[in-house]
Amino acid sequence: MTPAIETEGLTLRYGHFTAVGDVSLRVEAGARHALIGPNGAGKTSLVHALTGNVPATAGRIRVAGQDVTVLSQAERVRRGLARTFQINQLFRGLTVIENVSLAILERERKTRQFWRSFAADRAVAEEAREHLSFAHLEEMADRPVRSLPYGSQRLVEIAIALATRPRVLVLDEPAAGVPAAQSESIFERINALPRDLTLLFVEHDMGLVFRFAERITVLVGGRIMTEGTPAEIQADERVREVYLGRRGHHGAA
Amino acid sequence: MRLIRIGAGLPLLLAAVASFFLFPEYLSLLNTLFILAIFALAYDLLQGHAGVVSLGHAVFFGMGAYTAAVLAAHGVTEPVVGLLAALLLSGLLALLLTRIVVVGNDLTRLLVTLGIGFLMLEAANQARWLTGGADGMSDFTMGPVLGLFRFDFAGETAFWYSLAALVLVYAFLWRLTTSPFGLALRGIRENVRRMPAIGAPVRRHLATAYTISGGIAGLAGALLAQTSNFASLDMLGFERSAEVMMMATLGGTGSIPGVVLGAVGFSYLKDALSAMSPKYWHLGIGLVLMLSVFVLRGGIAGGVSALLRRLRGWE
Ligand SMILES: Nc1ncnc2c1ncn2[C@@H]1O[C@H](COP(=O)(O)OP(=O)(O)OP(=O)(O)O)[C@@H](O)[C@H]1O
Ligand SMILES: [Mg+2]
Repeated sequence: MTPAIETEGLTLRYGHFTAVGDVSLRVEAGARHALIGPNGAGKTSLVHALTGNVPATAGRIRVAGQDVTVLSQAERVRRGLARTFQINQLFRGLTVIENVSLAILERERKTRQFWRSFAADRAVAEEAREHLSFAHLEEMADRPVRSLPYGSQRLVEIAIALATRPRVLVLDEPAAGVPAAQSESIFERINALPRDLTLLFVEHDMGLVFRFAERITVLVGGRIMTEGTPAEIQADERVREVYLGRRGHHGAA
Repeated sequence: MRLIRIGAGLPLLLAAVASFFLFPEYLSLLNTLFILAIFALAYDLLQGHAGVVSLGHAVFFGMGAYTAAVLAAHGVTEPVVGLLAALLLSGLLALLLTRIVVVGNDLTRLLVTLGIGFLMLEAANQARWLTGGADGMSDFTMGPVLGLFRFDFAGETAFWYSLAALVLVYAFLWRLTTSPFGLALRGIRENVRRMPAIGAPVRRHLATAYTISGGIAGLAGALLAQTSNFASLDMLGFERSAEVMMMATLGGTGSIPGVVLGAVGFSYLKDALSAMSPKYWHLGIGLVLMLSVFVLRGGIAGGVSALLRRLRGWE
């Protein structure tokens, strides 16, 4: 089967510094694939290059077999590749439902309309409510995003990405900055996503990674160190040394 | 906020109509206020809604003014035709300029729009054969509006003509800002970095907004040229560009009724302060601007909605 994401020699350099070096990654369709690595390993940089947020220095990227290397970020979104951000990138002054509606309207190319009220578009409002109810945000629909607790804002991040109707969703530390109890519920929502949606997620908490991922890629110094099933990664001495060793308190029990 | 957005249009219109009967000897001043309000609304579509700044917006105002004047001087004297031509030509000019305005950040945008302003001013100055250069253009006569209403010395026709244009522009922009396109503009204002991540064509949106804004600014310029029977270089000068920014700021950028009040308030202040002290009126304007940013937070509209929130809190 064609992989959902396939990169060949993907490289991202900031000046002389190589943040992502020669990464050839394969994420199977429908996978629950984790990307782990110590701080500064280049995980976010890889997500940037993959999604077109920052143009890659070299290499090729295919999404569902289609070469998207030269496409802009927006065009990749239209081809079904969406992402969330490690640090919230929300429309803070807009309400929760406006945040999600905007993504739907862009997807449907309805943002060219200027002669009718967006709030009067029933189909959009209904779909927006569905995404909100999935993310358990229904009660907060009409509140400005900036007034939400941080944990709920993290869920808005995901709801916006879902509103683009992705085939592949890349989640950069979806639970970053929220207390452990809440990261649990965020990952519970992620786990409830439809199985035909391919997920690639970055996460530091090894407990969560081993529970929710079916495959794990370990990135160190911008390069892939190894890849395997949770059991294989857990047993890998080098991973323990380089990653778990340094962040021992996260070590899977 | 929503309350004043929807509710303020009607009282404003009533106040405008009432002013016709209350201040019959100030009709031409009121006419100017309506025109400046249109210009400020046009500008604020960029600053207040899309969150991008421009320091050369008088270019479009001036383009509209000269379009109307030149047309009238060449025999096209029906005002509405001149208005539409000014709208189209200024919009077209804005569209041509989007390529260099839309790219970059706020700082480069300020510099680029400032530069365009100086270039256009010099171009209009040099093209004496068309624009009259530094002397301006006054050798044209406007025909009756729609062939029916002659411009009179008291300024009655001009009053209703400009007010009608203001009402149309107000309604159009109000509709636009609550539309899907308006939401996309607010998305750009709130977080331009996220927009491409939801598949949004940011440049396209900005180009559209810039074109609409330029067109309406041109319409305002045409109104001024037609109702004052004059077009001159100061209509596209830097001072006018700076003033429109101050009107939007004073009124509360992002709020349509606020910006209208800002245009009126600014003109009143400028008048009152320069009567008090022709030399130091800039000082007064400066202080009021500081107040509206730091104390009212969001100008007149910001002050009103803060007050409304308080009142509601007390209930
Ligand atoms: N815009 C940039 N310019 C220069 N260097 C950068 C830039 N962005 C990131 N880096 C560097 O690239 C390296 C990788 O950063 P990146 O954010 O991709 O790591 P990460 O694996 O996501 O880390 P974390 O776990 O802390 O999120 C770091 O050393 C960082 O300092
Ligand atoms: Mg990161």
